[in-house]
Amino acid sequence: MSDKDIGTMGIIEMRGVDKWYGQFHVLKNINLDVKSKEKIVICGPSGSGKSTLIRCINRLEEHQKGQIVVDGVELTNDLKHIEQIRREVGMVFQHFNLFPHMTVLENLSLAPIWVRKMPKAEAEERAMQMLNRVQIAEQAKKYPGQLSGGQQQRVAIARSLCMNPKIMLFDEPTSALDPEMIKEVLDVMIELAREGMTMLCVTHEMGFAKMVADRVIFMDKGEIIEQNDPHNFFDNPQSDRTKLFLSQILGH
Amino acid sequence: MAVPGSASEVMVGPPASQVGFLGWMRRNLFSNIWNTLLTVACLYLLVMLVPPAFDWLILKAVWSEAPPETCRAAEGACWAFIREKHRVILFGRYPFDEHWRPLLGICILLTMVMVSCFRRFWRPWIALIWVGGLFGFFALMWGGDIAVNYRTVAVLAGIAVLGVSFSRRAIASNLRSLFLGIAALLLILGIGGGSVLRGLDSLLGFVGAGPIFAGLDGVLFSIPLGLSYVPTSLWGGLPLTLLLSIVGIVVAFPVAILLALGRRSNMPLIRTVCIAYIELIRGVPLISLLFVASFLLPLFLPRGVEINDLARAQVAIILFSAAYLAEVIRGGLQAIPRGQFEAADALGLGYWQKMGKIVLPQAITIVIPPIVNTFIGLFKDTSLVSIVSLTDLLLATKDIAIADVNWRSFYAEGYIFVALIYFVFCFFMSKYSQYLETQFETGRRRRR
Repeated sequence: MSDKDIGTMGIIEMRGVDKWYGQFHVLKNINLDVKSKEKIVICGPSGSGKSTLIRCINRLEEHQKGQIVVDGVELTNDLKHIEQIRREVGMVFQHFNLFPHMTVLENLSLAPIWVRKMPKAEAEERAMQMLNRVQIAEQAKKYPGQLSGGQQQRVAIARSLCMNPKIMLFDEPTSALDPEMIKEVLDVMIELAREGMTMLCVTHEMGFAKMVADRVIFMDKGEIIEQNDPHNFFDNPQSDRTKLFLSQILGH
Repeated sequence: MAVPGSASEVMVGPPASQVGFLGWMRRNLFSNIWNTLLTVACLYLLVMLVPPAFDWLILKAVWSEAPPETCRAAEGACWAFIREKHRVILFGRYPFDEHWRPLLGICILLTMVMVSCFRRFWRPWIALIWVGGLFGFFALMWGGDIAVNYRTVAVLAGIAVLGVSFSRRAIASNLRSLFLGIAALLLILGIGGGSVLRGLDSLLGFVGAGPIFAGLDGVLFSIPLGLSYVPTSLWGGLPLTLLLSIVGIVVAFPVAILLALGRRSNMPLIRTVCIAYIELIRGVPLISLLFVASFLLPLFLPRGVEINDLARAQVAIILFSAAYLAEVIRGGLQAIPRGQFEAADALGLGYWQKMGKIVLPQAITIVIPPIVNTFIGLFKDTSLVSIVSLTDLLLATKDIAIADVNWRSFYAEGYIFVALIYFVFCFFMSKYSQYLETQFETGRRRRR
């Protein structure tokens, strides 16, 4: 991706965001600006706060200090704001979190029908389009438990896309998958990136980062240690912690 | 290596001792010394108990219509007693010549239940069947004239508004709470009616309000049914037991869901109220609740306010079961992984959508067995209403049928008969719960 694809408009702004779990300081003074259509990969050792960071963006976690503005709406305790932001922000989870008591089609059309108040027929048509996009349309009538992990994750991506989000958050989308299924999910994500979606991905797939990311962010102990374009990030890391981390995950 | 014609190519079945009836016996009845001893002991008990029981219950029993003397002379059970008394057991003190009415009433209640058992009928219109069915039941049982007053109109209007407020696309969601409020107001006015407001009036003493609201009770017009009036104090037997348990189950279930959700709510006030309610009600026996509802409550109610005995017992049963059921449902809620809540949140679903579409359907499926357990308990607990002098199935047997001096010695037959009736209903519930489990299990088994 080249820089000219990225919009100039900021879509997410985080200013001095702090969060604690009890006494544990998970996020320390996070400042992050994401531009529209920007693709960001966030990596770092486990427990570094990277998942918490993106989960603050759609208020699955509450930040305790600082300011988060998403698409012009500030995240506060106001439920209206939270729901407004959640409608525009899709999220894909490590463990898919599909609804097991519903068919794939029902999983996809649920939110458009109930949140966007879309007529059922239209929602199902859209759902089928999205299933086609992630190349899994033939599974529409099945239940999530009948699909492989890779298929489930693609359904989860399609489910988010049905809401026509402006931003997609990926929380370690390939970590729970068997190795042979990782590629099918990454292919869908790469395709999505090409189409100009604003994406924040927490992942350890460095190949994906090199190929897709506009910016790679390295976090450790709740802080953003380093951020750079992928070329400079991988070839010329600045901090010692980044070097250590990269040597650990790329070392073998 | 398999050489043609060698033993390894011939299909070898398991040894004869492992298959067929003998194999089954060996595996299940005589697998080791203890198992064998247990089998022999059970066989001995069966031989000792079954033939005499069979003799008494069937072979030597008096089956035909016969006077008590014949029964006393016979060695077996006296089913002539049941032939003679089954109508008072089933219908209690209800006027003898009018027994067709409670019989039809039972049929209405059971039809409603049967229809509701089929999953394909789980549609909004089933509520209409229940409203109509219960209306028919009460009209039949009560008889007399149906007096249509403003309260009746208010209740009907309330139900209608309630129905409209739940239709999905009829109204925007922000209007829904307004509609719900109107429905609640109409229902409170209608059900509580003049007596509630008159009670308030006599408590607070704002003069003048009473007469205005008393107008609510004024009869608009009445529809004569052509049936004699039978007060609830004469209702009894199976219709009473069925009414108390069916209405108990149907009302307690949604109340329990709200209590369970309330107990897990983030709002401290709601959570505290729900916890206090559940713990308080679970902490006392049903008998004491019935007692309070029947004997103590009237002492505290203001003058002019009367609540029907049957209604008081019904409310006590509902409040009691709802507390137990709430804890069962909470168990199901806790079994739902956090990811399900998060996925629903991330999609922008509101609280009620998240609970109604995602969480509750899964949670309730998990706890079907204990829910039905509670229902069966409720069904049998209705027999406790006898302490507030409602003639349920058991009390009708004990106080009317067995109380007859001529037949007094045949109480065992009477109790066996009611036990059988209770068993049929409980067994049905148990079987239905298994059916529901297999229905929903399909979805789960696919999950691996």
